[in-house]
Amino acid sequence: MRMAKITLSNLAHAYHPNPASEDDYALKQTSHVWEDGKAYALLGPSGCGKTTLLNIISGLITPSQGRVFFDDDDVTSIPTAQRNIAQVFQFPVVYDTMTVRENLAFALRNRGMDKAGISRRVDIIAVMLGLEETLDCKARALSADAKQKISLGRGLVREDVNAILFDEPLTVIDPAMKLELRIQLKSLHNELGHTMIYVTHDQTEALSFADEVVVMDKGRVLQTGTPEALFEAPAHTFVGHFIGSPGMNVLDVTVDGSRAYLDGNLIKLGHHYGTPAGKVQIGIRPEHISLNATNGLPAQILRVEDVGRHKIVRAQAMGQTLNLIASNQTTINTGMASLGFERGKISVFVDGWRFSPSHGQEGAM
Amino acid sequence: MVDKLKSKNFNGRALVMIAYILFLLLPIYWLINMSLKQNSEIISVFSIWPKNLTFDNYRTILTDPSWYMGYINSMIYVVENVIISLIVALPAAYAFSRYRFLGDKHLFFWLLSNRMAPPAVFALPFFQLYSSIGLFDTHIAVALAHTLFNVPLAVWILEGFMRGVPKEIDETAYIDGYSFPRFFVRIFMPLIASGIGVTAFFCFMFSWVELLLSRTLTSIDAKPITAVMTRTVSAAGMDWGVLAAAGVLTIVPGALVIYFVRHYIAKGFALGRV
Amino acid sequence: MEKTVNQRAWLLVLPVFLLVAFSAVIPLMTVVNYSVQDTFGNNKFFWAGLEWFSELLHSERLWSAFGRQIAFSAIILALEVPLGVFVALNMPKKGIWASVCLVLMALPLLIPWNVVGTIWQIFSRVDIGLLGHTLAAMGIDYNYTRDPLAAWTTLVVMDVWHWTSLIALLSYAGLQSIPQAYYQAAKIDQASRLDVFRFIELPKMQGVLMIAILIRFMDSFMIYTEPFVITGGGPGNSTTFLSIDLVKMALGQFDLGPAAAFSLMYFLVVMLVSWVFYTVMTNMEKADTFHG
Repeated sequence: MRMAKITLSNLAHAYHPNPASEDDYALKQTSHVWEDGKAYALLGPSGCGKTTLLNIISGLITPSQGRVFFDDDDVTSIPTAQRNIAQVFQFPVVYDTMTVRENLAFALRNRGMDKAGISRRVDIIAVMLGLEETLDCKARALSADAKQKISLGRGLVREDVNAILFDEPLTVIDPAMKLELRIQLKSLHNELGHTMIYVTHDQTEALSFADEVVVMDKGRVLQTGTPEALFEAPAHTFVGHFIGSPGMNVLDVTVDGSRAYLDGNLIKLGHHYGTPAGKVQIGIRPEHISLNATNGLPAQILRVEDVGRHKIVRAQAMGQTLNLIASNQTTINTGMASLGFERGKISVFVDGWRFSPSHGQEGAM
Repeated sequence: MVDKLKSKNFNGRALVMIAYILFLLLPIYWLINMSLKQNSEIISVFSIWPKNLTFDNYRTILTDPSWYMGYINSMIYVVENVIISLIVALPAAYAFSRYRFLGDKHLFFWLLSNRMAPPAVFALPFFQLYSSIGLFDTHIAVALAHTLFNVPLAVWILEGFMRGVPKEIDETAYIDGYSFPRFFVRIFMPLIASGIGVTAFFCFMFSWVELLLSRTLTSIDAKPITAVMTRTVSAAGMDWGVLAAAGVLTIVPGALVIYFVRHYIAKGFALGRV
Repeated sequence: MEKTVNQRAWLLVLPVFLLVAFSAVIPLMTVVNYSVQDTFGNNKFFWAGLEWFSELLHSERLWSAFGRQIAFSAIILALEVPLGVFVALNMPKKGIWASVCLVLMALPLLIPWNVVGTIWQIFSRVDIGLLGHTLAAMGIDYNYTRDPLAAWTTLVVMDVWHWTSLIALLSYAGLQSIPQAYYQAAKIDQASRLDVFRFIELPKMQGVLMIAILIRFMDSFMIYTEPFVITGGGPGNSTTFLSIDLVKMALGQFDLGPAAAFSLMYFLVVMLVSWVFYTVMTNMEKADTFHG
């Protein structure tokens, strides 16, 4: 089985010729390396450029600038058909008038594989995807999730694929089937070891599928990392906000050393940050805020939502709203509360980007 | 290499389209060419553009009531037909798209079967029917005769568009206390506005282009332009110039209608069924 | 969509029912009535039974008109359907040129049928027409008023000119509904252009194409005005199609009995062919769905 490392070098794309400003770019300058055999998720809200990026990798779009490498081969101007990638689209793309078997065999036939080889591959993949019962049915008669399996299968039958790309493949699948298909995908990845890139706007899908998640917004890659890294140490306020449910609380403060001030109220930080200039914010996950702390931040509790596993509390402090998560057992009354922030879990951002603490200095106790 | 291939491909497509559209426009150009020539020039010299440009042919038509009344008559019955077809077809299409009722499928097929009836079959019986009830040579007679072909088509097209509107919209409106007529006019019709436009376009199309029935059902007062044109052989032989000018003027309303619905043409021709 | 049973829906259908019944049933009754009677004038009729029908079924005039009609419909369908699909495949997908093409292509569809006849008459005449004149100048003997082959060619080319756009526009509508992803998937699968047509475009056009073929069959089978203007059914009887023959019989010779019998058989044939067509069409769709 042949696979490849995919390298994007200084890539950018605008859909209109002669882009005037940076806003005209659907994809702003990006460099990235997709390691061979890993499962990636490309996560971001709709219109953030993730589909553009995907289509550049598959060759459906030629980028305005930059190069694409598969291993060491420059494939930037090589047409899709010769790139040996497979792509699964948002809604099932199947050849309606063909049977499931013909659908699966199609790409192999076009590549001149012999009959015996085709039939062997088709059978293997059909079993893998649980399509063996319906192999001789016309594809148009099947349900949406079965069709989506066919389009996945059309990619998997080819032994030579460099990567399998998924463009929000579960959009039209009903919720019950979604989970099952996702588990199946994950196990296929473990079994076959293809490089997989999975585009989605759903963080659950991304975090559960991927070894590494690439978060995008407004045509820019903001952070690449393991689900854990994204959660614990978001590189940008957007990442903090986008990941987690509810997302990270971001508060406007001033920072001096290891102290942050929210409208004069002291919040102690875990590290020293000096005196950063610009727009300074701290971020804290709802999971890391406690109610009823001594000498905490005074806040007004606005609303409590019981979501089953835990309670989500919405509070307001100094005109800024924040969410926190409390255990199911606690009874919470609306009214005043004193919020405690878990010191080591506070992130500092300057102009949106993560700000690292100064080295060698521990926060004041 | 890819770019080169693409541009070559584009040129191939453009060539096909240019050839086809040229094929469509050439006869029309020739008609316009003829309409701007004097009859003597048409018969004596062969030229691909008018040597002595003249608008006399158009002047003849626009000043002679026996000519221009033909246009007015045609317009009157076409508009009457479009209105009648829409008014009766809208509720019927709604019923077919929303409800099942006794004999609905048979009724639908029976309606459509009328679209398959050759107008020639109905020419004589229509003549007798409308003569016997005193409607011969009236606009409404032609309009009613054309509804036989347009109403089934209108019901069919509208039903296709209405099926695309979710039923929940109806239910919400009833819950909000709308009566059926108010719901239909205020909420439902705006939702299928493009469908109504497309239907009107098709009704216009058939009624405007038809000759046999409109000629059979009229003699003087409601004589349509198409019938006027079939009788241009005068003592001096064929008046080609005037005939061509009259032809050009019959293309104008159609061209205007197309221009106004140009954004819906592609969708419209799919009759709401793609 | 789930439809509810509601008998009061009949109230909504009633106007259509009454209108069409008035326009279709009463005249058809007249036709049926005439078809079984004979007359010597003076509005005196007597029972003739099925005499007209059997006479017509043995009349060479009807059968030859029928043969010409079938040939005409078959020829124009064989030309217009492939050409229309081909044009649709080559149309620009979007942008200003797409609109320009749509508007220009729709133009012939809205020209009154007799004007279509006139246009082609003026275009094809040897003395004044661009086409006729050019062909004559090239030394080709072409005169549609004397030569049956030239008359047929003129009518066929005229019909292709008139109606190919309808097929093209319907096919185009079908093509427009194909999401871009299908073409992308085909690229990834290394499908050839022909494969894309066979496995993606044709299946998606199938529905509208069937409608187009049905409409074109019906309309070409009833064609009257254009041959009436251009050839008047001639030279001889070479372009006398069913409708022309019927109008000659009914309004020209006032042979009410035979004309009525003719009408009924004509109507039945159109309906029968359309019904067969419709059934085959829906069965094909059903066969596909029942499979799974």
